[in-house]
Order: sequence, then C-alpha cells, then structure tokens
Amino acid sequence: MRQALIIARRELDGYFATPVAYVFIVIFLVLQGTLTFNAGDFFGRGQADLVPFFDFLPWVFLLLVPAISMRLWAEERRLGTIELLLTLPVTEGEAVIGKFLAAWAFCIIALVLTFPFVITVNILGSPDNGVIAAGYLGGVLVSGAFLAVGSATSAMTKNQVIAFVLGVAISFVFALSAYPVVTDFLDRNLPVLAEIARGFSVIERFQSFAQGLIRVPDLVFFASFIGFWLFVNAVVIDHSKAS
Amino acid sequence: MVALIEIAGLTKRFGSFTAVDDVSFRLDKGEVLGFLGPNGAGKTTTMRMLAGFVAPTAGTAAIAGHDVVAEPVAARRHLGFLPEGAPTYPEMTVLGFLRFVARIRGYAGAALARRVAEAVALTQLETVRLQTVETLSKGFKRRVGLAQALLHNPPVLVLDEPTDGLDPNQKHEVRTLIRRMAPDKAIVISTHLLEEVDAVCTRAIIIAAGRVVADDTPAGLAARDPKGRLEEVFRAITIPPSLPKAA
Repeated sequence: MRQALIIARRELDGYFATPVAYVFIVIFLVLQGTLTFNAGDFFGRGQADLVPFFDFLPWVFLLLVPAISMRLWAEERRLGTIELLLTLPVTEGEAVIGKFLAAWAFCIIALVLTFPFVITVNILGSPDNGVIAAGYLGGVLVSGAFLAVGSATSAMTKNQVIAFVLGVAISFVFALSAYPVVTDFLDRNLPVLAEIARGFSVIERFQSFAQGLIRVPDLVFFASFIGFWLFVNAVVIDHSKAS
Repeated sequence: MVALIEIAGLTKRFGSFTAVDDVSFRLDKGEVLGFLGPNGAGKTTTMRMLAGFVAPTAGTAAIAGHDVVAEPVAARRHLGFLPEGAPTYPEMTVLGFLRFVARIRGYAGAALARRVAEAVALTQLETVRLQTVETLSKGFKRRVGLAQALLHNPPVLVLDEPTDGLDPNQKHEVRTLIRRMAPDKAIVISTHLLEEVDAVCTRAIIIAAGRVVADDTPAGLAARDPKGRLEEVFRAITIPPSLPKAA
C-alpha cells in the first residue's frame, strides 16, 4: 500500500505540473455551473436543494472523467516509462491502484471545489445538508466507477484519444443501462437481462444517493464495479505492457 | 556462492518468432559483461526478461538468487535497470524524479537525501537538478536514467545502451564510472559499440538471431581474428552464412 501511495503522489503532482489539471477543473466547474443554473433552472424552481446539480453531475462526469484517466497508462506506454515503473520494486497491482487513487483524488478535488453551490443553497434557504452530503458521496463513487473503466481502457492502447473514446463508450453503456432505450428493448426480447441491466446502472444507483439514501447494496455495487475494472486494468497491463 | 545473475535456458517467443533462444550464462561479482549483437538480435528482450518486464516463454532468470518470475519484487530490489532509451517522466524535475525513485526504493528522510545527492554527484547532474527532464539534452536524459539505476547502490546493474547519445567526453565519464563500480557489482551492458567492450568489459557475449554465438573475454574474442580486430570477429560471427558477405 505504501508503494501505491508513492505512485499516487507522483501521479497527482503530474496533473498539476501540466495545464491538464487547471483546464479540467475550470471546464468542469463552468459546465456544472451552467447546467445547474440555466438548464436546471436552479433559481426558478424555488427549492433550496441541489437536485439540478446532482441531475447533471453523472453526465458531466461521463464526458470529463475519461479525460482524466486517458493518460494514466497510455502515456506511460507511449513514453516507455512503463518499463521503468514496472521494473522498480512494485507489483502491477500497486501501480494500478496507485494511479487510480491519484486520478480519484483529483476528481474529489474538483468535486470539493463545487462548494459554492452548497454555500449558495444554505444562504438561500435551509436545505437538508444530509441529502447533499449523500449526493456528494454518490458523486465520488460515480467518478470512481468511470475512472476505473477509463483506467482499464487507457491500459489497452498507447493512444490517449482511443483511450478516451473507449472510456466514454463503455461508461455510457453502464450509465444508460437502466434507461428505456436499453430496458424497453430488453423487456421485449430478453426480460431476464433487463433486470440485470438495471442492476448495473451506475446512474440509477447514483440517483438513490442524490435522494439521500446510502444503501449497502449500492456501496457494494460501486466497490465491486471499481474492483472489477481495476482487475481488468491489471490483466491488460500484464498482457500488453511490453508490446 | 550464489551467482549475482543466473540465466538458464531463457527463451522468448512472440507468436512463431523466436526473439531469444535458449540463452544461458551466469555472472559473478566483479564481472562486467558486454552484451553484443546486431540490432534485433534479442539483447533488449533478454534484458527485459532479466528485469522482470517481459515474462520468459521458457527458462529461468535469477538476480542475487531471487527468481525474476517467482519473486519479482525481491529480485528488483537487487537490480538497477536502465531501460532502452532511458525513459523518464518529462514533466518532472531531475530531483523530483530521483526522489520518487528513492521513495519507491524504500528510502526516507536523511537517507533519501544522501542517496539522491550521491546519485546526482556520480552522474554529474548538479547543474540541471532543478530542471524538468523534458528540457534536457539527450546526454543528460541518459544520465538521469543512469542515476535512477545507481541510486540504491544495487549489486546488479543491467544497462541497455548506457552511452547511446552521449558525446565522447560523456562516454568516457560513464565508462570510468562503470569501471569504478565494477569490483563490487555484476554489471551487464548492451551496446553495439565494440570499442566499449574493450574499454570496460571483462567478458563479452555475442548474440545473433536470439542465440549466444560467442562467450569469451574481449581479448579472447579479438584473438579469433588474425589481426586481432574485434569488428571482424563480430562480423564473421553474426552475419548468417547463407548471406553473401560484403567485401
């Protein structure tokens, strides 16, 4: 674990050593703000809560989180530094976890910087801050889920663009799997799968957090989802690191 | 005594292509092995297997008695490895990069500072230690890679083309450094510069098409040519007999 944290720290410093971090944070905050205030009709609703904020959050993450994860492994492979990293006394698992933790910490930093929304609703009214906290926890977990997918797709290629597009595409499938587009089709043809697909919906599970519900099955789901994709990540790295 | 490097029957196939074919050797303390061969002969693949980066198809490799497949982390603790092209993180400063490697190697506090300072001094990086790696010349980048490999004073050094891209003065310095460290370590360097073998190696292995075709002292190899020229010996051994030899 110590090794993973050393790797995470290096990786996190790397985000802030390049403009990537600042560009990401600014775009994230602008996008999230615009959607919440304009598209979400924050003021017109007359409610002191963050429902519009959390409605848009997973979709903004869907677009932006793979941009954070795309460089994790693709860049190492392109530069050849993967050969350096994986011949230091660390296991592949430690490297995978370290890199993931760095990207996750970065997403959490971006999420923390949305605190003015919380202050705003608290000035305008008296919101249920417990619900807001649960929503933030859900946001952290959703970003982790998309990051784990993106981290695995980043390991599959030396090209960051491919890593990004693949990451968005796979995350999109898991985001959408409880939506009528998918479930209606499955209901008609394969009713058994429809129920399973609903269970895999990252966004549906997020919505229960946004309503203030922290349920153990949802926590287990996110932990397993992240664990599964990090495992895929490690397998892909082991298989293709030298190619 | 356990050999510092022990390779037995090491083989690597990529599909139907055999990159490294049944390579065996052992190396003891005090030996500097020059690993020679034409491009594509399997030098880099062999070194990658030794560093545990590529898994062998068959055979074993051990560093200081630790098998690189069964105990990869223990083996790597005893190894300083300079990968081909000396890759480093471009956005990091020289000092930041070396500190990262030192932390991964388990150093902290004063010991870490001492190790990093020593590695910087050995590879003469003082003047650029606060620069980011991407701003450095090829020669400095190579030395950063070398500093990273020497940092923990490992008993085994595996250096893939350590002097590639260096100017003659820098080459001389790196060779002096290798000679100075040689008595306490087992060192493998790959190169296609035959002069390097004469300059630093106590032993030379020539591989061609993945196979060991010669394993001798540099003097012993040179003696195979009537005029004592290593270059002629290299050509005679590594050009396949089926090809017509250029005059």
